[in-house]
Amino acid sequence: MTLRDIIEKLIRRQPASATTAKERLQLVLAHDRSDLSPELLEQMRREIFEVVARYVEIDLDEGDVSLETEDRVTALVANLPIKRSITKSGENSQKPFPESEGSSRGESST
Amino acid sequence: MAPKTRTILICSGKGGVGKTTLTANLGIALAKLGLSTVVLDADFGLRNLDLLLGLENRIVYTAQEVLAETCRLEQALVRHKQVTDLCLLPAGNPRMLEWLKPEDMQTIAKLLAESFDYVLIDCPAGIEDGFKNAMAAAEEAIVITTPEVSAVRDADRVIGLLQSHGVKPIQLVLNRVRPHMMASQEMLSVDDVTDILALPLLGLVLEDEQVIVSTNRGEPLTLSGTSSPAARSYENVARRLQGEDIPLIDPSKERRGFRARVWKIMQTKIF
Repeated sequence: MTLRDIIEKLIRRQPASATTAKERLQLVLAHDRSDLSPELLEQMRREIFEVVARYVEIDLDEGDVSLETEDRVTALVANLPIKRSITKSGENSQKPFPESEGSSRGESST
Repeated sequence: MAPKTRTILICSGKGGVGKTTLTANLGIALAKLGLSTVVLDADFGLRNLDLLLGLENRIVYTAQEVLAETCRLEQALVRHKQVTDLCLLPAGNPRMLEWLKPEDMQTIAKLLAESFDYVLIDCPAGIEDGFKNAMAAAEEAIVITTPEVSAVRDADRVIGLLQSHGVKPIQLVLNRVRPHMMASQEMLSVDDVTDILALPLLGLVLEDEQVIVSTNRGEPLTLSGTSSPAARSYENVARRLQGEDIPLIDPSKERRGFRARVWKIMQTKIF
């Protein structure tokens, strides 16, 4: 390890690769353990949004449904902020999630 | 005779992470503690345990003949010359894979349990039939992995299968640890791996070139009693299995010399 390497490293300030490795692993293991492909998770996410949107209006930009793992137990965690303002209905017809077109593409993989 | 034989599966999912090396070294280390130990090569497709133990030229019969009852178990066992408490039951012909069933492995394990304190099963890589056959014979398991994403992911799959088959306890050995890479956070840390896999850590083995030298010679590191870091780690795994409370090495204290100092400087916050 030379001084130049250190300086280079400090300047670039890339996140250490161990952090990246851990994050990537946790994500892929959540999928492995639940046997859910990213495509299926995305579909489920959209359907959950749809169902919830029938009852309350949720903030689609802030909402998130993801898999989290702790101590080998995987949980489906939905965080769906409810918009304060609104009366409901009518809005349900809009597409609940903007990325819905992306799903058909994924079906061919594995 | 042993009060209760411990039949331990040594597995990893991914190949090349150190299953066979661990099996050989742990076998020697346990035998040197005075425990009668047999290592069973369950990797019928790609057997190598005989080679690592330096016993490849002494094989007459294998597990195949024992199962077919064309020889007695004692005839197939290869006893180590220097460490006489250790025996190898060699893997048979790869064609065995065509007919071998989980029950066959159970039969072998039961036979071995009659005369040994420890039965260590060297598992093939993968999670297919070879793994399932080997798993059927084991009561407990040691999962070995390295601090790399592919090895940890595969270990996780294996742990899931072991747990669903009621194999217990399952303990972890983390192999090929590079302390300076961990210090510079360019390698998953020990805590990262144990957090993710959620298994108790039975051992921590540092990356050690002597492992390659020892496999070249067919003399496991634990045989010669060298002071190499890996040899000490394997010995400690054996003693922990025996219930001794030996603290794990701290990778951050294993670094010495100039690099260590540089890394230390890099670890200090500049701004």
